[in-house]
Amino acid sequence: MTLVKTFNGRRSFLKATALAGGGMMIGFSWLPSCQSDSNADLTLPKEWFDLNGFLKIGDNGLITIMSPNPEGGQNVKTSMPMIVAEELDVDWEKVVVEQAPLDTKLYTRQFIGGSQAIRQGWHGLRMAGATARHMLKQAAAQAWQVPETEITTAEGVLLHEKSGRSAGYGEMAAAAARIPVPKEVPLKDTKEFKLVGTSRKNVDGKKIVTGQALFGMDYHRPGMLIAMIVHPPAFGMKLKSFDDQSARKMPGIRDIFTIKALQDEYERQYFDTCTFTDLVAVVGETTWEVLNAKKALVVEWELFTAYTESKLTPGGKQTVRFPAGLENSSEHILQMEKEAAKPGKVRRKDGEPEAVFKLPARVIERTYTAPFLAHNCMEPMNFFAHVTADKAELAGPLQKPEYTEKTLSARLGLPLEKIDIQMTRLGGGYGRRSYAHWLVEAALISQKMNAPVKLIYTREDDMTSGIYRPAYHAHYRAALDAENNLIAFQVKAGGIPESPLYADRFPAGAVDHYLAEDWAIESNITVGSFRAPRSNFMAVAEQSFLDEVAEAAGKDPIEFRLELLKKAKNHPVGKNNDYDPDRYAGVLELLKEKSNWEEEIPGIYRGVSAYFCHNSYVAQVLDLVMEQGKPKVAKVTCVVDCGIVVNPDAARNLTEGAIVDGIGNAMYGSMTFRQGEPEMNNFDKYRLIRMEEAPGAIDVHFVKSDIDPTGLGEPAFPPVFGALANALYKATGKRHYHQPFIGNGLAG
Amino acid sequence: MAIFNLNVNGKKTQVDLDPATPVLWVLRDHLNLVGTKYGCGIAQCGACTIHLDGVATRSCLLPVAAVGNKAITTIEGLSENGDHPVQKAWLEHDVPQCGYCQAGQIMTAVAFLKNNPHPSDEEIETAMNGNLCRCGTYLRIRAAVKTASKS
Repeated sequence: MTLVKTFNGRRSFLKATALAGGGMMIGFSWLPSCQSDSNADLTLPKEWFDLNGFLKIGDNGLITIMSPNPEGGQNVKTSMPMIVAEELDVDWEKVVVEQAPLDTKLYTRQFIGGSQAIRQGWHGLRMAGATARHMLKQAAAQAWQVPETEITTAEGVLLHEKSGRSAGYGEMAAAAARIPVPKEVPLKDTKEFKLVGTSRKNVDGKKIVTGQALFGMDYHRPGMLIAMIVHPPAFGMKLKSFDDQSARKMPGIRDIFTIKALQDEYERQYFDTCTFTDLVAVVGETTWEVLNAKKALVVEWELFTAYTESKLTPGGKQTVRFPAGLENSSEHILQMEKEAAKPGKVRRKDGEPEAVFKLPARVIERTYTAPFLAHNCMEPMNFFAHVTADKAELAGPLQKPEYTEKTLSARLGLPLEKIDIQMTRLGGGYGRRSYAHWLVEAALISQKMNAPVKLIYTREDDMTSGIYRPAYHAHYRAALDAENNLIAFQVKAGGIPESPLYADRFPAGAVDHYLAEDWAIESNITVGSFRAPRSNFMAVAEQSFLDEVAEAAGKDPIEFRLELLKKAKNHPVGKNNDYDPDRYAGVLELLKEKSNWEEEIPGIYRGVSAYFCHNSYVAQVLDLVMEQGKPKVAKVTCVVDCGIVVNPDAARNLTEGAIVDGIGNAMYGSMTFRQGEPEMNNFDKYRLIRMEEAPGAIDVHFVKSDIDPTGLGEPAFPPVFGALANALYKATGKRHYHQPFIGNGLAG
Repeated sequence: MAIFNLNVNGKKTQVDLDPATPVLWVLRDHLNLVGTKYGCGIAQCGACTIHLDGVATRSCLLPVAAVGNKAITTIEGLSENGDHPVQKAWLEHDVPQCGYCQAGQIMTAVAFLKNNPHPSDEEIETAMNGNLCRCGTYLRIRAAVKTASKS
């Protein structure tokens, strides 16, 4: 049992009764479907008692647990409430889950990204449950006039064994709500966990399979209008003028006008990337009518001149320059080659790598590239807005409501408390919905129309509006001595417009002479976080390269990595190595066993990869078979160390998905440009992985751990690119240096 | 504008609109049946799959004028209480992640299993290959179709 201080003085843990009358439970039930359906059969209580911002208990023992973070498919809406329920000690079958609205006074870090929801939420969620349980116990102790320490709980029941008295939580909820919030609460020993670590079904499962309104696209209000935007067809262009003479007269069309998403003088926050600030908005009664009017618009575009944007980033104020011109992917390759040939910015240096590379040694030198990628969430970008003179109501899918609320407040000139953001389920996020310019656009359109509006991006709008994964390039060198020891390692990585380098990652720390450099090339193509940013390229480059170095050294690729990790543990080189060699080696050791690595099976071509990112360790073996001359992924064996696993089957699902997604992006993912214009604008041109190309089987194993949970949305995604590249080499005898593997790399 | 008498999920309904309007938007904007999803608008992703007289059809490119007397079934009309064997199999395997594509996946699977109740693994893959899932739930979809085929 651990005693922990209750949370930071946040209101969510302050005296519960202060909240009860405050209406915090009112207003977020904008759709009944926001409630989980798992317990739809339970009778609703006559009265609810708010114990804190995370939960309320009904007089009949029914529990409502708020899920604070947006749900985009990572299962947080099930897993986060499970953590509360564990410490509260209730029967999961009597829990109803509700999506909390954005409320920065009640909750911390209400966003998804960086695989951090469970990791960062862990402590607060446990405390929310533990605090309420403690208050219930105190209420029972007072009612029964017995010491609180003699009261135990189990599955929503309070028990005093000596006297044989017991009561359901519902019976004590009213009294508990009047108990002062304790300054300290005991948390369970993780070994006592009964719910966390067991598989529980998605709380929205039934709503999803019956097609109920869950997504932003599904949001509806009486009198709501439909809006769409028209943005420039190419990066490097801006709006000049438009002619809406015929479009305006079309049936159902209410208005056509321009909006400016962000003001020029506005100092942008980190997630305020907005590719095309000036847009034409088309507003009408139905989607079909608006689509038709959009096509009938005649818009003139012009080239823009170079401009800069100042942005507040976690690392301080940053100025980003957007050069003029219409860019081409073919030129991007040449630009990157040219830049990579120059000395880069040194980000880390151990020993004397330059000198060692001049010694007589075997040097292996390779270059890897990857193209821009579009996120392609299955639900295109959209948002509902109803802005009036004194308030703004918004609903839809987004990843960073806390940030977006501030952006909108600045743009509309409305104080934060006049802005209400409801979070719908996200039809995928993968980083794209962190950049919520479309929310601002929806609000501006609603303001102009003085009506509730739902802004919908078409698939083409979605795919061609930027905020892509950057294009990358990495050059590696390794030197082996006469005994095949890795004595020097060099990485120089760069990208358009950002570098992907992580200078302190493996094999930094395991090589005496190490150099990491990087560079970046300006571009007017906008970029943003994409599932496991930077790692999603560095993993394939590094893990493919290590495979080749191991081969040159005549060593088994797993043993080669384990040797290096042993050195990183026993004789670490340099400072700030950002991984734990034991946990890294741990996933590889378990992978050897689970994949039967040492067993050779004729016709099966195997590639291995291991990577550490977002605080978790993942190692994978990918098995390829050749079918009619084409490689097919038969199986992926995956070992994950992400600390305690809250909901194992959901965690397996997420890991399987990351693997499928990774194979798809490695094989087919590519966004290219000609004269600034994205060459892919829909799924007929942008290839996503389909069922036939998915692995025959995925076998996921979690390292048993009592370490607090780390991340899972991203870590299994990057390494599979490398495992695939290495298996393709075994199957075809050809190394794959350029993504997508199916094409010719950047040029598509 | 023209009047169309539609049979949607067993109910007769009348709409007055542009004959070129795709059934997807008739369902979503006019009939408030939002389970059928917009994904691409060019019949490439399968999120908008409905049944037309039991046949899986992409509603995003199907003009309402082309429906005629055919019965439309959407995900909302597949079963009374979400207890169609395919829906049950989806829940058993806890298939969805984000969930956006799943209604289309289920509609494709139901129509397929009706014609081929005991498919091979290859037949399942071929039948389901037209439905995209960016979350990558394909293995669970495969398993759920298999389970449903046994029930």
